[in-house]
Amino acid sequence: MIEFKNVSKWYGSFQVLKNCSTSVEKGEVVVVCGPSGSGKSTLIKTANGLEPFQEGEIWINGVSVGARDTNLPKLRSQIGMVFQHFELFPHLSVMRNLTLAQVKVLGRKEAEAQRRGRELLERVGLSAHVDKFPGQLSGGQQQRVAIARALAMDPVAMLFDEPTSALDPEMVNEVLDVMVDLAREGMTMMVVTHEMGFARKVADRVVFMDEGAIVEDCLKEEFFGDPEGRSERAKQFLSKILSHS
Amino acid sequence: MTGFDFDTIVRTAPYLFKVGLAFTLKLTVLSTAGAIVLGTLLAMMRLSSSRLLSGVAGAYVNLMRALPLILIIFWFYFLVPYIVGWVTQAGRPIAVGGFTSALITFILFEAAYFCEIMRAGIQSIPSGQAGAGYALGLNYWQVMGKIVLPQAFRNMTPLLLTQMIVVFQDTSLVYVLSLTDFLGAANNVAQRDGRLVEMFVFAAVVYFIISYTASRLVKVVERRMAIAR
Repeated sequence: MIEFKNVSKWYGSFQVLKNCSTSVEKGEVVVVCGPSGSGKSTLIKTANGLEPFQEGEIWINGVSVGARDTNLPKLRSQIGMVFQHFELFPHLSVMRNLTLAQVKVLGRKEAEAQRRGRELLERVGLSAHVDKFPGQLSGGQQQRVAIARALAMDPVAMLFDEPTSALDPEMVNEVLDVMVDLAREGMTMMVVTHEMGFARKVADRVVFMDEGAIVEDCLKEEFFGDPEGRSERAKQFLSKILSHS
Repeated sequence: MTGFDFDTIVRTAPYLFKVGLAFTLKLTVLSTAGAIVLGTLLAMMRLSSSRLLSGVAGAYVNLMRALPLILIIFWFYFLVPYIVGWVTQAGRPIAVGGFTSALITFILFEAAYFCEIMRAGIQSIPSGQAGAGYALGLNYWQVMGKIVLPQAFRNMTPLLLTQMIVVFQDTSLVYVLSLTDFLGAANNVAQRDGRLVEMFVFAAVVYFIISYTASRLVKVVERRMAIAR
C-alpha cells in the first residue's frame, strides 16, 4: 500500500535519507525505530509529501507522491497523520478541529461531520470534551483528539510520528491503548516510536534506521527474538533501549 | 482679540467634528482595513517559496518604507488620474476626487507596514500547524485562511491596532490635497477667524485624547489576550 523505492533526501549538502526502500502492506503495522537524528521522522513525512525528497519514488495505492501531476491534497486526505506535538488547532474547539477538513476537503455536510466527529471522540474516550479548546486538555487527551481528527477523514492508512515522545509518562499508555486498538482492527499503520512495548505487542515488522539509512527491515519476531542475527548498530540500540524494560 | 477664545471652539465644534473628524475617522478605518488586506497578501508573498513573489513584495515594501508619506501622497494625487484613465482605456486622465486618491495612497503606503506586522504574525505560528493542515488534505488557501491567519491576526491584534493609531495621525497629511479632515477643518476656522492658537491647541488636545485613549485600550486588549492563552 505504501512503498518507498530508493528514497534519498538532502538538506543542502547533508544527506538525511540514504536510498531508503521499504513498504507497508494493507493491514500491516510497521514500527520505525532508531536513534534520534537517524531520519525516521523525515522518512515518514516524505510519505505524504510533507517533506520533499530529491531521489527515488514513493507510491501510495498506485499514486506517486513525488510526481508533479499528483493531487497532493487529495492524497493526503486519504492518509491520516499524527504528530509528536499534536498540532491541534488551538483557536478551534475540539469538535471544529475534527470537522474542519471533513467539510472543506471531503465536502461532508456539517451535521454529518459532527456525527462522525462525535463517534470518534467517543471511541478515544473524550465525548465529554467536545466543546472545549485544545489548551484545556492534557497532553494525552490532545493526542487522542489528534488521532480522532485524523480518523475522521476515514483514511486508508495512518502515519504516527513519535506520538508519545512529548507526553508525560503517565499519559503515554492512554495514547498507546488507542493505537493498539486501531492496529488490532486492521488499520494500516506506519509508526515512528521508541515504545518497544508497543512494537512487541502489535507490530508486524520493524524497520531500524541509522544515519539516514534503513539498516534493518525484518519481522518483529526476528528483530526482538534473534539478537545475534542483527547488525552491530541495531544490537547496540536494542541493548540500550531494552535494558530497562 | 485678546485671551484664549473658547467661544470659537464651541461655535465651530459641530463643523469640526461632523465634517472634519468624521472624514478623518472614515479615512482611518477604510485605509486600515484595505492596508491590512493588502499587507497580508504582501506578507504571504514575502514568505512564499517563489523567489519572484517574495522579491516583488520585498522590493515594494522596502520602496514604500524608504519614501516620505507626503511624497507618496503627491505622487498618487497627480498619477492616479492617469492610471485610472489608462486602466479604463479612456485615453485621458480621469478625475478621481481627493478622498479616493487619499484612500488609495494610504492603503498602498500603510500596506508596507502592515505587511511587516503580518509577516511576523505568520512566522509566529509554528510550522507544524500548517503541516497538520496540509496533512489533512487542506490546500494552501485553506491552511492560510482557516489555520495560520486567524492565529496570526489574534497574536498581532495589539500591533495592528497600534499601527492603526499611527494611520489616524498620518491622515492629517491630506491637508496638502486641500481635503477637510479634522486638522484641515481646524485650519479653515483658524484662518477664517484668526484664531490660530485656539484651533491648533484644540486640535492637538483632540488628537492626543483619541490617540492616548486608543493606546490605553490596546494595552487592555493585550492583557486580556495574555490571560486567554
